[in-house]
Amino acid sequence: MMTRRRLLEGAGIAFAGSALGQSPVATHAASVALSPGVPAGLGGAAAMETLPGKKPLIKLSYRPPNYESPLDYFDTPITPNDRFYVRYHLSDIPSIDAKTYKIAVGGDGANGQAEITFDELKKFPAYEVVAVNQCSGNRRGLSKPHVPGVQWGYGAMGCARWKGARLKDLLDRVGLKKEAIEIAFNGADGPAFDKTPDFVKSLPLWKAIDESTLVAYEMNGEPLPHFNGYPARLIVPGWTGTYWMKHLVAINALTRPQGGFWMNPAYRIPLGEFPIVARFISQETATTTPITETVVNSLITSHVDDAQVAVGEVMVRGLAWDGGYGIRTVEASTDGGQSWAAATLGEDLGRYAFRPWSFALPAKPGKNTVMVNATNKIGQTQTAALLFNPAGYHNNVTQSVTLHAA
Amino acid sequence: MRVVVVAMIAAFAGATAAGAEERPVELKPGPGLDKVEGHCGACHSLDYIPMNSPFLNAAGWNAEVTKMVKAFGAPIGAADAKAIVDYLATNYGP
Repeated sequence: MMTRRRLLEGAGIAFAGSALGQSPVATHAASVALSPGVPAGLGGAAAMETLPGKKPLIKLSYRPPNYESPLDYFDTPITPNDRFYVRYHLSDIPSIDAKTYKIAVGGDGANGQAEITFDELKKFPAYEVVAVNQCSGNRRGLSKPHVPGVQWGYGAMGCARWKGARLKDLLDRVGLKKEAIEIAFNGADGPAFDKTPDFVKSLPLWKAIDESTLVAYEMNGEPLPHFNGYPARLIVPGWTGTYWMKHLVAINALTRPQGGFWMNPAYRIPLGEFPIVARFISQETATTTPITETVVNSLITSHVDDAQVAVGEVMVRGLAWDGGYGIRTVEASTDGGQSWAAATLGEDLGRYAFRPWSFALPAKPGKNTVMVNATNKIGQTQTAALLFNPAGYHNNVTQSVTLHAA
Repeated sequence: MRVVVVAMIAAFAGATAAGAEERPVELKPGPGLDKVEGHCGACHSLDYIPMNSPFLNAAGWNAEVTKMVKAFGAPIGAADAKAIVDYLATNYGP
């Protein structure tokens, strides 16, 4: 059991270098720019590491692989594939051959069963959506007090142009019974130890058959990187990354709620704590609900806290995003939040995308503090104080950076 | 033997793509470290431990080890679990 796994992991290093022709991993231990506020112990655990096919990312854990994007990878509203973050729950991650890959579609809520090959998947009508994939736990490391888990800073997110078939069209291949309430998903990755629950997730039927919910086989015009779900993954625009099943191999229509650790108690928020519109009613309990859509948020990407700048006009830039209602305004304050001025919004790549913004700061000698607050098209804004929850989700506290001008 | 070799090659391909680049994570020396390396390291890399420090106290580390046993099925006996919690609370507590 576990000894077998450890043996293989250890021996695999030599095998990878020789037989598969991969060069040794590059390490950039020199400087890891961690987000402010993460646990002190992370400093000794994080390192810049380069996974096959990726630029250096901030390694938080090797196994399962959890790597976040450093701040300077967010200078464009589309995140390049080789800079896109990596998140896994389980460490047995197979290499998949698209030639033999199949997605099994069925379940007790379906009228029939089907197997869809990679070639067949690409023959369905193709759709594209630009959408942010943000890990539910993004910014968990900034929680006060800290909560256990992967201690993500700002970088467990990315935005890409995804291309694929509508999930609805795949479901039409088998037909749904009127009793179907959820659609469940499994990926090819599995646990290192057979008693560990496999990572299985479900969506409410209404979200699964949304026209923007895709089974994607392209990311920014290229095949998906292995570490982002090759050859095909689920795209659930507006909802957090937990639903975006990678290496998708099974789709099951269900007449009863999906059970299992990853639906409950994992990925839960206290019922009623956050201003969430998208509900997952079949999974709600008296006290908790599954996390669903992403809350409205923004990030200053041009400067880190305590950066040095020149006196005069300084362009402060960043990104804003939400659960798919679209960004209405981004405002900046230089007086601690007493007054706010509108930032200039950049290119609109769609309501699920990162929205770039910029703000011309008239930097005076000494300390200049900039706060930023995004508002979406249904009037939701970021919060001034953390809405604490045990898993550290939905941290959209208004960011504040101090710039020193001379 | 032949079957074993084939199985290992298949698994190597997975390990290569998944995380063959794993470097050893050196934890602080102390009683119980061998149990931590053996049990915890079987399913995940040991960087999870310093990453989740130093904010978890003995009760917090106990909850994590209990979760690994009860929710994730880790085959850790009561004595070893106690040794692991003691090590974590002593070396990676507040």
